[in-house]
Amino acid sequence: MQVNQEFRPTIAAFCCNWCSYAGADLAGTNRLQYPADVKIIRIPCSCRLNPLFILRAFQRGADGVILCGCHPGDCHYTTGNYYARRRMTLLFSMLDYLGIERERTRVEWVSAAEGAKFAETMNEFVSTVARLGENRRLEDLRCKSE
Amino acid sequence: MQKIGVFVCWCGSNIAATVDVETVSDALAREPGVVFSTNYQYMCSQAGQDMIQEKIRELGLTGVVICSCSPRMHEATFRRACEKAGLNPYLVEIANIREQCSWIHKDKAVGTEKAIILGRAAIAKVQLNAPLTAGESPVTKRALVIGGGIAGIQTALDIAEAGFPVDIVEKKPTIGGKMTQIDKTFPTLDCAACILTPKMVDAAQNEKINIISYAQVEEVAGFVGNFSVKIRKRARFVDETKCTGCGLCTEKCPQKNVPNEFNQGLDNRRAIYIPFAQAVPKVATIDPNYCTMLKTGKCGVCSKVCTAGAIDYRQQDEIIQQEYGAIVAATGFEPISMEKFDEFAYSQSPDVVTSLEFERLMNAAGPTGGTLLRPSDGKHPHTLVFVQCVGSRCDGGEKGKPYCSKICCMYTAKHAMLTREKYPDTEVYVFYIDVRTPGKNFDEFYRRAVEEYGVHYVKGMVGKVAPENGKLKVQASDLLGGRQLHIDADMVVLAAAIEPDRSARPLATMLTASMDTNDFFTEAHPKLRPVESPTAGVFLSGACQGPKDIPETVAQAGAAAAKVIGLLSRDHLTCNPCVAESNELMCNGCSACEKVCPYGAITYIDKEFRGPNRTTLVRRVAQVNPAVCQGCGACTVACPSGAMDLKGFSNAQIMAEVDAICK
Repeated sequence: MQVNQEFRPTIAAFCCNWCSYAGADLAGTNRLQYPADVKIIRIPCSCRLNPLFILRAFQRGADGVILCGCHPGDCHYTTGNYYARRRMTLLFSMLDYLGIERERTRVEWVSAAEGAKFAETMNEFVSTVARLGENRRLEDLRCKSE
Repeated sequence: MQKIGVFVCWCGSNIAATVDVETVSDALAREPGVVFSTNYQYMCSQAGQDMIQEKIRELGLTGVVICSCSPRMHEATFRRACEKAGLNPYLVEIANIREQCSWIHKDKAVGTEKAIILGRAAIAKVQLNAPLTAGESPVTKRALVIGGGIAGIQTALDIAEAGFPVDIVEKKPTIGGKMTQIDKTFPTLDCAACILTPKMVDAAQNEKINIISYAQVEEVAGFVGNFSVKIRKRARFVDETKCTGCGLCTEKCPQKNVPNEFNQGLDNRRAIYIPFAQAVPKVATIDPNYCTMLKTGKCGVCSKVCTAGAIDYRQQDEIIQQEYGAIVAATGFEPISMEKFDEFAYSQSPDVVTSLEFERLMNAAGPTGGTLLRPSDGKHPHTLVFVQCVGSRCDGGEKGKPYCSKICCMYTAKHAMLTREKYPDTEVYVFYIDVRTPGKNFDEFYRRAVEEYGVHYVKGMVGKVAPENGKLKVQASDLLGGRQLHIDADMVVLAAAIEPDRSARPLATMLTASMDTNDFFTEAHPKLRPVESPTAGVFLSGACQGPKDIPETVAQAGAAAAKVIGLLSRDHLTCNPCVAESNELMCNGCSACEKVCPYGAITYIDKEFRGPNRTTLVRRVAQVNPAVCQGCGACTVACPSGAMDLKGFSNAQIMAEVDAICK
């Protein structure tokens, strides 16, 4: 156990292929720094994100999960992010019920032009989750390798 | 047994400066399934690609992971390279260690650690990748244009020009649309008929264009390249092949009191009619709602006078079933009803007219022969009040429309200018909220109306119009002058907002094309794909997509035609193989996926399954049409039984990535 060292959260970021993943690329191209704790998973559209993936992430030891998609009205598939928005609203109320802090999950709309927004969002999200500390409530200890 | 090759790219110093590529390739070499791991200066270079290909052949790799720049950059490059070496291109995964790692982290240890984790996630995913083959579907080389206005005609002419056959389906007896009713066009004041009717004739004479008038689309099935459409051609009770368009029947018909829709009901036509002199096709049509013969069986005058023997009272609707590769919606617009705007006394006085009615009153082929006369008493009006934005830019949208109808400022300036030009003794007032004239030579045109023709432009809205002693008392506010105005007008002209044609919504449902809240067709991308519907193979032309003037409509019609030509010139369409797939054994036929699919790619079939004791069970199961599916994955999440999955981004693949990242 790392006791005295600074806590580094594990963060999974689901990014839609058309807007947010491109936004993350733009953040990279512009050399905008954000913590290495964020690991991006590319999905075709924010509506591809099954709420189960978020639960799975928490189970496997993620401390925060963020979904990034196109701005409402700009979805490459027209309506995908609306579905995502509703599903996440439902999931979040369930997570509330389970006692998972609301700040550990987030939905953010990031366009392909918003590299700066992507980096800012990640900086802010990481510091929020880091403040909350480790997520233990959903973590499945049987999954721990060591 | 998986044999995965890992190739870590330095990208010169772009990656290698902040990520220890040697450590990364060593660490990834120890991952399960990895048989080969290396790093190289420029993986995307020819030498790099050669190395990947050589290793695929030499080691018989079953999967390739490339740790390099963003997949948006070089995924296609690496897939092609692997395909050349005999590996299915969809067995390649990219770990983005440049944009997501080396470029944003300064600490080499941190960057290296993250790069390893990203590499692991890609390895975990590629283990579950399945070889995918992009399917092909043939293309029917024929286009359907729905709507025969200027948008539809221009689209059809442009497609025909490229050598593809086109059908135009028009619901009215003639093509031409709203433009036929217009007198002159802004800002050049060209005669609308003089520029439109030759195009109508061109369309009729073009051997590639088939005009199906007085007809409506009833059913659309199929998908891009392979639409199957059912068209109902209504009975016009006149044999189109025999009718010569001489018009004798339309003069002799005893039923004279049918409102003439071509003149906006300002005069009457007969029960058998040709909408206007230059109609295409120029054949008579019997209006079954008014024809005495069709209603009571007693009359038959038209049949007696017709020397061609074209009248056929027993004609039936004809059903046309045709295959198309592409469909263009060009359903156009109509002015909104003035019902809810009774403060302008539209229903109380015939001298309150809409702009389209005014257009007919000014037209040489109109009910007054082009002389401006008051509909009530046939006298020459001296004071005219034009009211703009009637129903446009209404907040709330209960009474009117929230959007700007775009064309009204310009046609009102045109009407005002033409009135002053023809009748210099008139006083013309225009009440406006804003004057919007963005367009080539538009503002100059408006300024000419004010400066040269002396039209009184007043910023403010008309509150009330009251008919009184043969005059129209107009109460209005002059916002700039800060006073109330009272004008005794002879005529009031309302610039009615325009809305999509009523046939557009049912058509959109048939086409599974999406619409906005105002019933305008939605484009695939508001900036980059303005003439395509989000539904593949369906294109948009003209005002059905949003308010437009004629030049814009023609430009969009040409753009839509170019897209259609691009589609029809291909023999086969390659489909994106990363599409949804339903597991029929797990599907319970609940329709949840069908409801969320924005493309209508999911249908249901009854499928036989083997039951216990040699019985067969028939169950309803979902089926995805891979040519229509765009691979968004909305259905995979909606599916309660987990039957629906997305190839290339399957549940198992994403879970594997999650696990690798969170370990």
